[in-house]
Order: sequence, then C-alpha cells, then structure tokens
Amino acid sequence: MIAGGAEAIIELREGKIIKKRVQKRYRLAEIDERLRAERTRAEARLTSEARRLGVPTPIIYDVGEHEIIMQHIEGLQLKNVLTPALSERAGELVGRLHSGGMVHGDLTTSNFILSGDKLYMIDFGLAYFDSSVEAQGVDVHVLFQTYESTHEGFEELIRRFSAGYRRRFKNAGAVLQRVKEIEARGRYA
Amino acid sequence: MYFTSRDVDSRVTSVLGIEGTAWNLSAAIVDENDVLAEATATYMPASGGIHPREAAQHHANHITGVIKKVLSRGIGIDAVAFSRGPGLGPCLRTVATAARAISLSSGVPLIGVNHCIAHIEVGRWKTQAVDPVTLYVSGANSQVLAFRAGRYRVFGETLDIGIGNALDKFARSVHLPHPGGPGIEELALKASRYIPLPYVVKGMDFSFSGLTTAAESSLCKASLEDVCFSLQETAFAMLVEVTERAVAHTGKGEVLLAGGVGANMRLREMLSIMCEDRGVRFYVPEKKFMGDNGAMIAHLGLLMLERGNTIAVEDSAVLPDFRPDDAEVTWR
Repeated sequence: MIAGGAEAIIELREGKIIKKRVQKRYRLAEIDERLRAERTRAEARLTSEARRLGVPTPIIYDVGEHEIIMQHIEGLQLKNVLTPALSERAGELVGRLHSGGMVHGDLTTSNFILSGDKLYMIDFGLAYFDSSVEAQGVDVHVLFQTYESTHEGFEELIRRFSAGYRRRFKNAGAVLQRVKEIEARGRYA
Repeated sequence: MYFTSRDVDSRVTSVLGIEGTAWNLSAAIVDENDVLAEATATYMPASGGIHPREAAQHHANHITGVIKKVLSRGIGIDAVAFSRGPGLGPCLRTVATAARAISLSSGVPLIGVNHCIAHIEVGRWKTQAVDPVTLYVSGANSQVLAFRAGRYRVFGETLDIGIGNALDKFARSVHLPHPGGPGIEELALKASRYIPLPYVVKGMDFSFSGLTTAAESSLCKASLEDVCFSLQETAFAMLVEVTERAVAHTGKGEVLLAGGVGANMRLREMLSIMCEDRGVRFYVPEKKFMGDNGAMIAHLGLLMLERGNTIAVEDSAVLPDFRPDDAEVTWR
C-alpha cells in the first residue's frame, strides 16, 4: 500500500496503481455499496474523459466492481511543492476541465501530481459533468479552501490560479465572481 | 442589579458568559475549574420554526431574569463575555446590549466570543480532546473544523442549510414538533427499509436542501418511519465522510463532536465506528455542553481574558456572519 486516503487504498503492483474503494462500516450497507460502485465506474470514465480535454491524467488499464487499475504517475503531490507558478498551471488545468463541462468534485492540493515538469490531475472519484457556474464555482471554492486552510501566502496563490484559469476558460470571470458569493452564503444569512 | 467585583490579586478568575444566537438564551459563570452557576430560558415557537424577531423578543423578556439568577449567588465576576456571532441579528443585539450594560455598570472588561469556537473550546475543556478535528452540527451550522496555522480552519461545511435546519424543515412538513431531530430519531428506530435519497458531497462540502426536498417527496411511496431513517442515514453518512476526509488530510488523532444535533445517538455511533476503524480517539462532551449554552461562552471568554483579548463597548458591534476562521486565536 502506498497511500490510504479517506475512501480508498492505493497499491502499487507491477508498476501499476490499484485503487480499491474500501467498505465503510459506519454507513448503511446499501449506501456504502451504492457509493463505492458508482464512484468506481464514474472515476474510470471521467479520468479518461478529462485527458481528452487536455488535462494530463493517469491511463486506465482495467475497471472492476470496486477497483481501478491505472498508470502510476511518479512525482510529488502539489501540496508539498506548491508555488505561485504551479498554482497558475493548476488554474490552467482546471480551466481546461471546466471548458469541457466537467467538474472535479474534490480539488485539493493532494490531487495534483508534479511528475518531472508535467502537472497531472488525479482522483476523479467525485467528478461529474456539469457546466453550470454554480458547480464550477463550488469546484474552485473547494480548492481555495485547501489553499486557505493549509498553505501560507494563499492570496498570491489564488491570484495566480485565477490568472491561469482565465487563460484557458472564457467564462472564468463569472465563476470567480460566484466563488466569492459561495464564500459569503450558506451559514446564517 | 448589583454586581460584585473580585479582588484584583485573587487567584481564581470568573467570567460571566451570555449566549443567545438563536432559540436558546443562557447565562453562566465559570472559573478555571468549573461551572459555578447557570440559567437558561428557551424560546419555543408556538408553531413552525424560529422567527428571528420573536426569538429576540423572547430573549429581551427573559435576559434580566436569567442574568439575575446566575448573579444571585454572589459570585464576583472579572469579565463579561457574549456570543458575538454567527447568529440571528436581532437575538445577537439583545444579548450584546445586556453584556455591554453589565460591563459598563460593574466596570469589568467586555469580551466578544465566536460562537462556533466556543463550542469547540468547551468540548476541549470538558473532554480529554487536545487537538481534534471537530464536527460541529447545529440548527444553522454544519462545519468540520481543525486548528491549523494559528486559526480554527473550516475544512468542510454546508453549502446551503445546516443539518439541524434540514431536519427541522422535514419535521415541519410532517407536523412533528420543533426541534425536529429527536422526533425523527425516534421514528427512525421503527423503520424497516432504506429508501435511496440523494447523497451530496462535493469535495469537502455537503448540501442538505435537495436531500430534504427528496425526503418530503418520497413520503408518497414509503412510510414516515422509513423516510426518517433514510434521511438520517444519508445525511449523517455525508457528515461522517467529510469528517473522515478531514482526519485523513490533517493527520490529527482525535475527533470531537459539538453542537445540538450531536445529541443524536445514531450520529454518535457512526462517528464512533469511523474513529475506531481509523484508529483515532472520539470525544463527546456531556449533553448540556453540546447545545448552545452560556458556559461555553464564559469558558472561551475566560481563555480570551487571560490573553487580554477584550474589546471596548464602542467596538463591540455584533457579527451575524462571524466566521470561525476570521477569529484570532490568542490562547493556543
């Protein structure tokens, strides 16, 4: 096992990544089964779709009921190497993804891998097709939250991300405006 | 009213805390060791949910009595702390006005407390939790928080309504009394099957309004007991999933449950299983410290007083949208 996230264990076997969604005892079996099967199928399909949109992602070799066998991307998680320049490149990738109508659903700095000088996006387990400003706004909001909660100097990181995002996505302005609204809403308002 | 002020060289410090962000008005005096006095007056809507103006009127009618009651034991106070936000504006203003009056008339410092952080701090005080990931679930708030780089950061939260409001909204639609949680919990125990409902987790955030609507519309094809059960199972799985993700992301070894919805035994059970499987410790404070209470405001007030974190009356405007990550943490 090379990594254990909250919902899957990831093994490296014969140079390939095996991502297996583990059972969660805390939730009802019906919910658990449904989420694991749906997320496994969706992840495989969307990982390949994202690559067609120009976002580097791992190649999918095989898909089982609760596991995916895919290409091993060797490199460093963005959360350990984040700089303003890399944040701008992450913005470009998210811009390409959103231009194609896909949202990632779990944009954190753990889900970008820098391999050599190529930046990959991984973990499409919560991704879906939705080109609404709201869905894209939530996607970016989630990433900005990880910036704010785990990275110093997040204002500059957000500024550079936005620059890259605008470059690759013509509706970026409306989405970034919505991000500000999402931040201000949803509590006691 | 008559207030006694403590000798300045006294070793023990006591703080009066007043809470009234929503439907529960509560005052308490605490020192470093214990809760010395407390009194509560709860606004119960005649029908429907909380009406902000009526709740504020309730607080205005009862605040003198509640404060008199905790002060009647003759315990001197060194400061007065109040819930500055987040909360319903009219309720917050009523409580803040009383706190300012006490501060001015008795010459003790005024402390403006973030309500969400008070929930976390009273949990750390009353359990063995040291540095937990906190799941804070109440009527209006649903957040996953953890301390990082000098602040309480929000790792995940509701994108629309709080879990308590979602349960209340569903309860109202089937004529269960307010608050809705206890009635739903009881009916859920009698369920025989699960009805699929929308499960909405987007990254670290969750959303409940679509789930509540779907629960209401599934009543035509399922029993009320089955829908209550399915609503709880779905909503709580979402909360526990995000809590688990925050634990994985931060690497912290503890989970703390806070807020009134934390009284739900099924939610506690799910969190406890998740923590057991991850090998992290799970803490739940006594029930009286989970819902909104004056002791938590007094306790955080005391921590802030020790760091000189007081405010002048003229700077003490309430903050209805006061985010926990906007509050400076001087005591950790």
